Amino acid sequence: MSRNGPFALIFHTLFIAFIVAPIVIVCIVAFTPEGYLSLPTKGLSLRWFRAIADYPEFVRAFRDSLWLAALSSTIAVLFAVPAALAIARHRFIGREAMLAFFMSPLMIPHVVLGIAFLRFFTTIGIGGTFIGLVLSHIVIVMPFALRLVLAASIGMDRTVEHAAISLGAGPVTVFRRVTLPLILPGVVSGWVLAFITSFDEVTMTVFIASPSTITLPVRMFLYIQDNIDPLVTSVSAALIFLTVIVMVMLDRFFGLDRLFIGASR
Amino acid sequence: MSFLMLQSLTKRFGDTTVVDGLSLSVDKGEFVSLLGPSGCGKTTTLQMIAGFVEPSAGAISLNGRDLTRITPAARGLGIVFQSYALFPHMTAAENVAFGLEMRGIAKLQQVKRVDEALALVGLSGFSDRYPRRLSGGQQQRVALARALVIKPDVLLLDEPLSNLDAKLREEMQVELRQIQRTVGTTTILVTHDQGEAMALSDRIVVMNHGRVEQVARPTDIYRAPATAFVANFLGKTNLLPATIAAGAASIGTSRWAADGMMDGVARASVRPERIMFGDSEGLAGTVKARIFQGHHWLVQVATEAGLVLVIAPNDGRAIPDDGAAVLLTWRAEDMILSQSGSAA
Amino acid sequence: MSAKEIASGGHVAWLLAGPALLLFAGIVLVPIVMTGLLSFYDWGPYKGIETVFTLKNWREIVTDSYFFGIFLRTFRIALLVTVISVLIGTPEAYILNRMEKPWRSFFPVIVLGPLLISVVARTLGWALLFGSTGLINVALVRLGIVASPIQFMFTETGVVIALVHVLVPLVVISVWATLQRLDPQIENAAISLGGSGFTVFRRIVLPQVMPGILSGAIVVFALAASAFATPAIIGGRRIKVASTLAYDEFLNTLNWPLGAAVAVLLLVGLAAIIAGSNRLMERRYSEMFR
Repeated sequence: MSRNGPFALIFHTLFIAFIVAPIVIVCIVAFTPEGYLSLPTKGLSLRWFRAIADYPEFVRAFRDSLWLAALSSTIAVLFAVPAALAIARHRFIGREAMLAFFMSPLMIPHVVLGIAFLRFFTTIGIGGTFIGLVLSHIVIVMPFALRLVLAASIGMDRTVEHAAISLGAGPVTVFRRVTLPLILPGVVSGWVLAFITSFDEVTMTVFIASPSTITLPVRMFLYIQDNIDPLVTSVSAALIFLTVIVMVMLDRFFGLDRLFIGASR
Repeated sequence: MSFLMLQSLTKRFGDTTVVDGLSLSVDKGEFVSLLGPSGCGKTTTLQMIAGFVEPSAGAISLNGRDLTRITPAARGLGIVFQSYALFPHMTAAENVAFGLEMRGIAKLQQVKRVDEALALVGLSGFSDRYPRRLSGGQQQRVALARALVIKPDVLLLDEPLSNLDAKLREEMQVELRQIQRTVGTTTILVTHDQGEAMALSDRIVVMNHGRVEQVARPTDIYRAPATAFVANFLGKTNLLPATIAAGAASIGTSRWAADGMMDGVARASVRPERIMFGDSEGLAGTVKARIFQGHHWLVQVATEAGLVLVIAPNDGRAIPDDGAAVLLTWRAEDMILSQSGSAA
Repeated sequence: MSAKEIASGGHVAWLLAGPALLLFAGIVLVPIVMTGLLSFYDWGPYKGIETVFTLKNWREIVTDSYFFGIFLRTFRIALLVTVISVLIGTPEAYILNRMEKPWRSFFPVIVLGPLLISVVARTLGWALLFGSTGLINVALVRLGIVASPIQFMFTETGVVIALVHVLVPLVVISVWATLQRLDPQIENAAISLGGSGFTVFRRIVLPQVMPGILSGAIVVFALAASAFATPAIIGGRRIKVASTLAYDEFLNTLNWPLGAAVAVLLLVGLAAIIAGSNRLMERRYSEMFR
């Protein structure tokens, strides 16, 4: 592999600066000691981070987002594992269609999904409830979970299972002691990607959330529509810090490129 | 007159010396193989000739010109890569024409020469196929045609047959040799397969850890391997501990003449097919196993010098049974002795 | 596989996948169909939604120039975002691919990481950078490039820039994945046959990477056309796109049928464009690649 020339490196630096600029600016402005949006030229201050405590709606929204993401990811994965095993191992009529069907939420714009769910939930009477939120999130994270679990299932060598069966293991034992441990990396990475997708989702959620079931991104979005001030900036900065920590851990364990390239194929 | 000359070619990667002072002189039209186990430096040598790796020291000259000063694009060498490296988005004909295009050859001429090249490798009629639709063997031929159509000074082949199955490989070996003889291009082949090297080459360069062990014609190398490594790498051989004293080598209780060797410990290398079952004298041992192989017998004999493999032809002669006591003999000139200090 | 094997395999498969399938059928198909139906209903500010069949909403969208302008803007923005993302994302993927350790494992994290950060936080950053006293204008004025601050907020330009930022990592992913699958010896083969650096790139590398570029472009286009949060924050009330228009109708005006019609039109338009592009891609590239 030849090295990159000076032009390439200049381009690359500009590109990275472009990618990083808005994120960095949020983090920097969040530390301002002033009462208005400004750069912390006079020194760093944690006042706006402390101020978050005065706005329990942000804290509540954060907690609700965590619950929502955890629930929908877990349920999605619980459905995805048997579905992935079915698709990976059996040739049957309708297999392609089934896979396309599960992947279909990726093709539908989230704004359309938001509207569709709003209409549907209102009609069956769960409009604005947490249940409705969970159901809708399960749908949009399922493709990510399924794709990663499916990749692990396809890549798994099945003769190991045959060996276990020949040694006397029943189907449940084979699944629990042989299959599951082998596809676990796919299951875990599927869960994590599902979690992040659910947590960050705003477009669809903004339609179906209600004052009692608001997620953090939606709360931030609505707040920004009224005004942009250091408070929402510090909330964003806190969110960014948390995400960066998760990101670094993810990269250590899976490799970020593997996570995404596995998901975008 | 030497056409391609490598002089003390050396390549170091950090602390590791991958190619160590390799010198070789190749005549025009010759077919030379670089043979050795993986990691011996043969591929790196080829890459240095091609220009994709810069030598740390030494010189390469082609027809008197210093090759190291010329960029890979301008060296005019034909290369067949291990993975064939065909352009997947171009048809076979377009692939073969590419080198001609880079040389500014007129379209009409291109078509003519491409057709000739494809005919040479037996692929007339495959011009419009994409690589995806070609079998491994066919892809290999397109790669060969692409390298030959530019009439290169030297043809470089990097393990071109290693991805083919055994039967196809044998067929391709014969064809490759015929094509090379027809076109007459100086050729350097890199391979780890001793059978391939022996079948195709005018001369073989046996390499180990970046150094040349022996350069000779295939029959000469096989008959008289210079070192135990060469003996072990080409064909099978037995390596037995020996003691030298007063001009004679002792293995077990048997002795052979060993002129001009220093007293001390040595290692003897004897080919299995040169060992005979003696009547009166020889290395004593017991037959541990005998395996019938149709054309010959493999007989494993446990001796005090270790396990010895004997190959006896299936020509009607008596073969000792399992557990029989035997005496193994061979001619002194069929044995190579090496002492530590000389090439291992 | 015998027919019997296929049949028995099928039974197990349907059993395994059954629950998920039911869930999906209920949760995806039904709402979409309902939304389609909704677009044909009538609405009035006092009577609310009336479940009768009328083409009123569709007529309005198709004939009123206001709606036409918004859809035109939506696809115009999407096209610009796609072109720019491809133009800067492809070289970046190429550069990343040529890096050596340790940069090779470090920079992808920087480029792909933002995908994990909420789009609201990212867009907020642009809102901070864009204002007349925002960093960008301060820098431009200080450096003397412009005399007075440029308006970025509430302009199409601002929306395009912010959307490029959000979506360009997807192009990088797609192109990089393709580059990694390339046989490096192919480039060497072209060089050995006499190709110059630029010729090799143009005739050999680029054609092989095209499928990756195009699939990345399609994804970016679809997401840019249906983007909501970024146009809402950066574009505000002045620059409306299809998604924010639907939001307005649904949550402000409460004219659900009209909003539904907007959403369905967006969905159908996107599906047509994407299906068309996929077909084109298949025809050109399936001969050469898998």
